[in-house]
Parts: sequence; structure tokens; C-alpha cells
Amino acid sequence: MKKTFAGLALGSLMALSGALQAADYVIDKEGQHASINFKISHLGYSFVYGRFNDFSGNFSWDADKPESSAVNVSINTDSVDSNHAERDKHLRSDDFLNVAEHPTATFESTGVEMTGDDTANVTGNLTLNGVTKPVVLDAKFIGEGDDPWGGYRAGFSGTTTLTLKDFDISRDLGPAAQDVELIITVEGVRQ
Amino acid sequence: MSLRNTAQRYGLISVVLHWLMALGVIGLFSLGLWMTDLGYYSPYYTSAPFWHKSIGLVLAVLLVLRLVWRLANPKPDPLAGHRGWEISLSALVHLLLYLLLGIIVLSGYLISTAKGQGISLFGWLEVPALVTNLPDQADRAGAVHYWLAVSVIGLAALHALGALKHHLLDRDDTLRRMLGMRLKQGKES
Ligand code: HEM
Ligand code: HEM
Repeated sequence: MKKTFAGLALGSLMALSGALQAADYVIDKEGQHASINFKISHLGYSFVYGRFNDFSGNFSWDADKPESSAVNVSINTDSVDSNHAERDKHLRSDDFLNVAEHPTATFESTGVEMTGDDTANVTGNLTLNGVTKPVVLDAKFIGEGDDPWGGYRAGFSGTTTLTLKDFDISRDLGPAAQDVELIITVEGVRQ
Repeated sequence: MSLRNTAQRYGLISVVLHWLMALGVIGLFSLGLWMTDLGYYSPYYTSAPFWHKSIGLVLAVLLVLRLVWRLANPKPDPLAGHRGWEISLSALVHLLLYLLLGIIVLSGYLISTAKGQGISLFGWLEVPALVTNLPDQADRAGAVHYWLAVSVIGLAALHALGALKHHLLDRDDTLRRMLGMRLKQGKES
């Protein structure tokens, strides 16, 4: 009984502090309302799109204090998918992502700078292929509100461009394909 | 020399299948190593795997035909000079060669079809993907494909050494009867 009471007290305390801080959201991986995609030029004539199917993450967000937002994402690089078995095998190899040695890629934000009513530069450290580099996500707040199933959701999109060589991916795909664009769209469920 | 095997020697069909496949296996092994090392802008970057897979599929068909032919034909008797351990060792090596080749073509097929794409046979027709989306299918099949390819080449080298030993040191008919040559001993059939 005592334990339950202590638990309740702790719970309400946390709820209280939660109200003072930005709300925490978990990226809706289960419902697949989130995707991490990439886009790279093919020879300069067209583009190949691919995605990472397996990742997890969370963010904190308060529309009144957007600068205090933060986001963490962890990607299972083994889940790279460009809809081509042989190419995906090659992407997993040490010519590209070396997933055997570096099974996860992470992004941890370090700062948010608003650039408009609903746009922001999200600075953070991206670790990919074992290399950690600061990157800036060009982010956009899409919307938030109640969902029809009793929860509360908020969603964002973001893009950034990476130079493959910066992350020790030295395989040369030609002059038009030195960079890859990351395109991220995530929806979080408030906890 | 007859088409079928006899107790004395391999027939024409067995001989042709043996050397065609030996050529194919050594060729595909070299092609496989070479093609996975090509740069993206190599003119062979897309054609080399295309040929590797098409020839590999032909080899798979030849392997089945060969096993059927093998079961439908007598195996030539061991030569008089063959010792017991030579007979059992060579039988074991032959069995392993067949087995490894079977797994190699299967694993090669499983790499390419891991996500549901079929394999083009010289552009004439597409062999459909039947088994897809096993866990880590392409990577596991790829590892099996590579290591068994290395093993089959090692085993074939041992096998060829044995054949050369019989030919050059023992000076018997072992290699001659796989080459379709006139035999030194015994009656022709
Ligand atoms: C149906 C028959 C076959 C198919 C469909 C096939 C398919 C493939 C594929 C897709 C690759 C590329 C793997 C990658 O991207 O890393 C490959 C590589 C290779 N294959 Fe085959 N193959 C077949 C038969 C054979 C045979 C009979 C041999 C010879 C023993 C062989 C030897 C090799 C070798 C040595 C490699 C290079 C492996 C590496 O360096 O990773 N393949 N094969
Ligand atoms: C990758 C290459 C090769 C493969 C996969 C291969 C495979 C085989 C197999 C499976 C057999 C057993 C045939 C049966 O079922 O009775 C055989 C027999 C034979 N092979 Fe090969 N072989 C290869 C290369 C060679 C080479 C290079 C030589 C000669 C230098 C050779 C010489 C022979 C001979 C003489 C026999 C008959 C053995 C006997 O009478 O017991 N083979 N080979």
C-alpha cells in the first residue's frame, strides 16, 4: 500500500515536471508513421531512393519554446533497403555502410535555431560508418494534435546533405554522386 | 567410344559434361572474384554479373543432367592398379564436388532473389524468385557462396593433382578414360 502511494506521488511529481518542460514524444515506429529515406544521384541522370526500415528515437517538443527541443534517433544500418537485393548487399558491405562493424547510426541534436514560424535548423552529431560529424538538419514542423485513438501526436520533416567521403565511404559512384540527401519524416506519440 | 559409360571407361556424354563443367566452374570462380572488384564506371560492371548468373544457371541445369546421367549409367570399374584408399578417397571427393556445386548454385540463386527479383537467363527468360526474405538472406547466401566456391576450387585442385599423379607417375588409364583417349590396357568397348 505504502509502495503504491509512493509510486503515485512520484508519478504525479513527474507529470508535474513534465508540464513545466517540453513534452516527450516517442517516434511512432510501431505504426510506421515515420521514415528515414535517402536519395542519391545515379550518374547525374536520375535518382535512386532508399530507406532504413529499422530505427527508433524520441524527441521533446514544446510549441511555445521550440528552441529547447531535442531529438535522438538510432538507426539499424543493417535495415538499408533500396529494393534491390544485390545492391543492398553491397550497401551493407564495407564498400559502403560496413554494417558488420558499425551496426548503428545515431543522430543526437545539440541545438535548435528557429528560422521561421515552423522551420528550424537542428544542429546535431551524426554518427555514421563509425564517423561522428556535426550536421544541420533543415527541419520543418508539420503539425500536432489529438489523434483519433486517444493519443497526442506531433510530426516533423527534415533534410540534410552528406558527403559520402566525410563518413569514410570511399566507394566512388561518380562525380554526380558524391553527396547523398537524407530525407526524414517522423511522427511522435506523446508519452 | 560409346555415348554411355561402360565398365571400362566413361562414355562421350560423361566426358563432355565433365570438361564443360570443369571449364564452367573455373571460369565462374575467376569471373566471380573479378566482377565483385570492379569499379562502378567499369564497362563490365553490369554485364559481368549478368554473364556470371546466366552461365551459373546453365551450370545448375548441367549438374542435374549429369547426376541423372550418372545414376542411369554404370560407373567404370576401378582400374586394376587402384588401391583401396584411392578408390574411397576419390569417391568421397567426387561426392563432395557434386554436393558443393549444388549448394553453390543454390546459394548464388538465393543472393540474387533475396528481395523477389528474378534472374535473367541471357536475357531470354527470367528465372523467378521462389524463396525470398529469409533473415539476412543475401548476406548469408553470399558468405556460403563465396566460401564454398573457394572450397570447390581447392577440392578440384586436389582432384586434378590425383588425376595427374595417376597419369604421370602411375602411368595408368585414369585420366585417359576421362579424356576419351585410347586406353593402354584392356579391350576397347
Ligand atoms: C546459379 C548459379 C550462380 C549464381 C546465380 C551466382 C550468383 C552470384 C552473385 C549474385 C554474386 C555476387 C555476390 C555479391 O554481390 O557479393 C556471385 C559471386 C561469386 N560467385 Fe557466383 N553464382 C552462381 C554460380 C557460381 C559458381 C558455379 C561459382 C564457382 C565456383 C561461383 C563463384 C562465385 C565467386 C567466386 C563470387 C565472388 C564472391 C565474392 O567475392 O564475394 N558462382 N555469384
Ligand atoms: C572444377 C573442376 C572439376 C570438377 C568440378 C570435377 C568433377 C569431377 C567429378 C564430380 C568426377 C566424378 C565423375 C563420376 O561421377 O564418376 C570427376 C572425375 C574425374 N575427373 Fe574431374 N573435375 C574437375 C576438374 C578436373 C581436372 C582439371 C582433371 C584432370 C587434370 C580431372 C580429372 C578427372 C578424372 C581423371 C576423373 C575420373 C576419375 C575416376 O575415374 O575415378 N577433373 N571429376
